Amino acid sequence: MFIPVMQQLLAGFGETLKVFLLTLVFSIPLGLVVCFGSMSKWRPFRRLIGGRLGFLGKWMPIRMVTRTFVWIIRGSPLMLQLILVFYGPGLLFDLPAMSRFNATILAFSINYACYFSEIYRGGIESIPQGQYEAGQVLGMTRHQIFFKVVLLQVIKRITAPMGNEVITLVKDTSLARVIGIYELIWAGESFIKKGLLWPLFATGVFYLVFSGALTVLLNSFEKKLDYFRG
Amino acid sequence: MAVLEVKNLKKRFGELDVLKGVSFSLEKGQVLALIGSSGGGKSTLLRCLNFLETPDEGQILVNGKPLLSGSEEEIRKNRLHFGLVFQNFNLFPQYTVLENITLAPGLLKLDTPEAIRANALALLEKVGLSQKANAYPYQLSGGQQQRTAIARALALNPEILCFDEPTSALDPELTGEVLRVIRDLKTGGNTMIVVTHEMEFAKSVADVIIYMAEGVIEEAGTPEEVFDNPKSEKTRAFLRGTQERF
Repeated sequence: MFIPVMQQLLAGFGETLKVFLLTLVFSIPLGLVVCFGSMSKWRPFRRLIGGRLGFLGKWMPIRMVTRTFVWIIRGSPLMLQLILVFYGPGLLFDLPAMSRFNATILAFSINYACYFSEIYRGGIESIPQGQYEAGQVLGMTRHQIFFKVVLLQVIKRITAPMGNEVITLVKDTSLARVIGIYELIWAGESFIKKGLLWPLFATGVFYLVFSGALTVLLNSFEKKLDYFRG
Repeated sequence: MAVLEVKNLKKRFGELDVLKGVSFSLEKGQVLALIGSSGGGKSTLLRCLNFLETPDEGQILVNGKPLLSGSEEEIRKNRLHFGLVFQNFNLFPQYTVLENITLAPGLLKLDTPEAIRANALALLEKVGLSQKANAYPYQLSGGQQQRTAIARALALNPEILCFDEPTSALDPELTGEVLRVIRDLKTGGNTMIVVTHEMEFAKSVADVIIYMAEGVIEEAGTPEEVFDNPKSEKTRAFLRGTQERF
């Protein structure tokens, strides 16, 4: 019995791993885009400042739209978002449905990108103004200042909170079952109707081993950045 | 001809008039010390010269050429006439001392990498930090960090090197090593503007002293004129204040 159960669980873990890795691949860069959006200072009507419509002058539309979006994503359950992404387009607009897997990756990537964006924003805003000014007086472009001066310092500062999110993602993947992804928990649970309870509990070992490996990886990454302070 | 001419520079932050029309000029190789109480506009003036603030009015001319107008690209070129050493050093923590110095010249492609490196090592020698080329900023004392920052600014060969209270963040026993470097730079012919609270230093190194108060130049002249025979009552009061601390 042990070997077939393990085969099933490994199959489920394979799906879990795919959701996990693809979500990270998409959400880490997407989070940076969301972050720049929520930090945008673009004010299309700033010439109106001082006039009767002065309040419009301070309006930052990109920032407002992005922050509203982040609020919606962080403020509602990921499970609901999965259902909406999978069934929504068909029910609301009569569009052909995405595959279950693609819908899962899309919903997870957007959700995690929003959380990451706030971590990035905190990291970027924690870099002292003097670092930017030093880059400026040395004739660097904004691009060079961000990539050559600020970025590595930000990465160092956000490694710990990012590690938190990454480990949360390992376990969040189990939500994908609501739209029919045969992931690890489902694989374990499927043995209950055959009268076997232990495979479900055995999935816990998979999660623990995997998050343990991630912790080791994250720690060694943090060590790599130990060579400087600041 | 004056290397630097500042004409009627004005800057306000909201309701606050920080610079109310500041004009002066500086000859090549001269050292200008800007003194005055905090809030008098010294740092803002220095920041305007380095394009960290945009003046509301007035002109900055280097070798007779006006600098303030232009695209972002031109401003980036124009600001290289000036170098700035900050109160808090602002070294890049993830780079070694040597990399801090070579980073900007490399990005600006001022020379070949080998030449940039050789120049940086020569500058480190000049500020007495050859031993520390491969150290990271956190491994240095405040004085060593500030000397690195000076070398970093010199690496771009600015025509006018500015210092914004270069010793104010240092322990008293470390100010000497930084001030000595600045004095050596004067001997080397560098044109410099130093915002400082070190009156003895200003007196002995500067060719010109400008005392600023409430956004205007209250008094300007040689160290002898300003320190020994101040014309303005405000200057006298300020100088008395700097001496009678206890």
